[in-house]
Amino acid sequence: MTTDAPDYTASELIAVMSARQLRDGQVVFAGVGIPLLAATLAQRLHAPGLTILFEGGVIGAFIEPGKLPPSTNEQRCTHRANMVLGSTDVLLLLQRGYVDIGFMGGAQIDPYGNLNSSFIGDPQHPSTRLPGTGGGNDIASLTEMIVAMKHEKRRFVERVDFVTSPGFLSGGNSRREAGLIAGGMHRVVTDLGIFGFEESSKRMQLQALHPSVTADDVQSNTGFELLIAADLTVTAPPTESELAVLRHLDPDRLYTA
Amino acid sequence: MDYAELCRRSRARDRSLRDKVISLDEAAALVPDGVSVGIGGSTLSRTPMALIWALIRAGRKNLVCARGITSSEGELLFASGTSRHLMTSWFSQGIVWGVSRIMRRYIETGRARFEEWSHMAMGLRFRAGAMGVPFLPLRSMMGSDVITQLPDTAQIDCPFTGQKLVLVPALNPDFALIHVQRCDAYGNAQIDGLPFMDVDLAIAADRVILTTERIVSNDQIRRAPDQTKIPFIAVEAVVEAPFGSAPHECYGLYEPLFAHLDAYAAQMRKDPEDGVRAYLARYFYSPKSWTEYLDLLGLAELIDARRRGTSIYDD
Repeated sequence: MTTDAPDYTASELIAVMSARQLRDGQVVFAGVGIPLLAATLAQRLHAPGLTILFEGGVIGAFIEPGKLPPSTNEQRCTHRANMVLGSTDVLLLLQRGYVDIGFMGGAQIDPYGNLNSSFIGDPQHPSTRLPGTGGGNDIASLTEMIVAMKHEKRRFVERVDFVTSPGFLSGGNSRREAGLIAGGMHRVVTDLGIFGFEESSKRMQLQALHPSVTADDVQSNTGFELLIAADLTVTAPPTESELAVLRHLDPDRLYTA
Repeated sequence: MDYAELCRRSRARDRSLRDKVISLDEAAALVPDGVSVGIGGSTLSRTPMALIWALIRAGRKNLVCARGITSSEGELLFASGTSRHLMTSWFSQGIVWGVSRIMRRYIETGRARFEEWSHMAMGLRFRAGAMGVPFLPLRSMMGSDVITQLPDTAQIDCPFTGQKLVLVPALNPDFALIHVQRCDAYGNAQIDGLPFMDVDLAIAADRVILTTERIVSNDQIRRAPDQTKIPFIAVEAVVEAPFGSAPHECYGLYEPLFAHLDAYAAQMRKDPEDGVRAYLARYFYSPKSWTEYLDLLGLAELIDARRRGTSIYDD
């Protein structure tokens, strides 16, 4: 194993690996940060026909390199869009079933892919009040999800303090029984690997390791017991062209520091 | 507000084509302490900052505010005591500046309330209000903990399909504060770019105060009535406020004043309590007029924001 440090940051690795999860022709509802960047990267690489929706009310944008928006609600999000519409209406398109993939970041996640972006500690007396759901709850409730996040033990926990955006709730059929007919967690992409969810238990399952990461590394950075796929694979490292396009999009490393 | 009362109040108002132009201070004086206020725009976009600025300066207290997504204006509303209760889906200055220190401080010490609804739920609450119905159903929030914090919701089995649904109640705020690119003296408002929830908010609210980058003639409105998004019959007052969203953006006219917002964020990181007090003193309480406030933001930054803002039409 080589000891050379890779010439990309953890955030860049996550952006490249999650961009590869997107397919040309898909309709993707993307949150701000790495999801927006990775979806834009996918458009510039292998998925020029990727349609990106933003909750600010945008359909089919192509974000301009070097002009990343500070949220998904500013005019930068509308660059070369096909349509702008009300934020309620773009979320209703999601509810109506026009979206293939919801793509978000996460602060805290549990084995069933439930995400917390609201409270650390007791919601009545939180030790940390986080910014909240935004459209996260709607997106996670209504479509297949890809979550991109840093892999740290404090973020991958046995139980999230608060379920802001539902994954598979308590696993099995619990999501459907709660009334969530559509969607569910599809992939979690971190700087250590790529994860899916085991079909019947709906628990998180390691599916691919990034170069020079071991399954033990992943488990020791995870606060719950991971399932490991029988056909565990290793991802190809980010290519020069992937990194070049990514850095062209985010030259100031606004999202990929 | 009760539906019958809301209708009665709307009909009792003079809904003829009449001049509604007033000053920023006069507009702030219309809004009493303790009322509910819907805020237009979203995050850093078309925030009715001039009106919020005037309300804070007027010493307004305990407004219950509602907005789809809340940015630095929410921090200033909390820190000035103008609001201690915000309903919104997301609250921080913006993701690139991290979690809001001021929001955290006020919530974690129990000095203010951040009532969290999903973004779509906020939108459907305004839409129900605009439709004149008491609630609307949606398919999100179920199974999550978000709904457990919201007593004003219900879950039902659909009478037609048996499917589970969440019902969210109509939101008909006492006031809507909305900033637009242009409107006439009667309140016919034309909005460019992202409309967010503003049309629903305007129709839902009891009383609507518009601020506008510029007041145009009614003839100009009638030349492009398809561009009119808020009808004059729903509007109570019109205030001309150039750069009325600064330091936030107004689509097609100016982008956010990023240098100002970076400096603001750095000041809040260093010391949320004193930092925000100093910011309010300098930018909110000391200027004698909105123009003087813009002067403090600085011509160089405003010109830069304008250049970036109008460049959207370069393609």
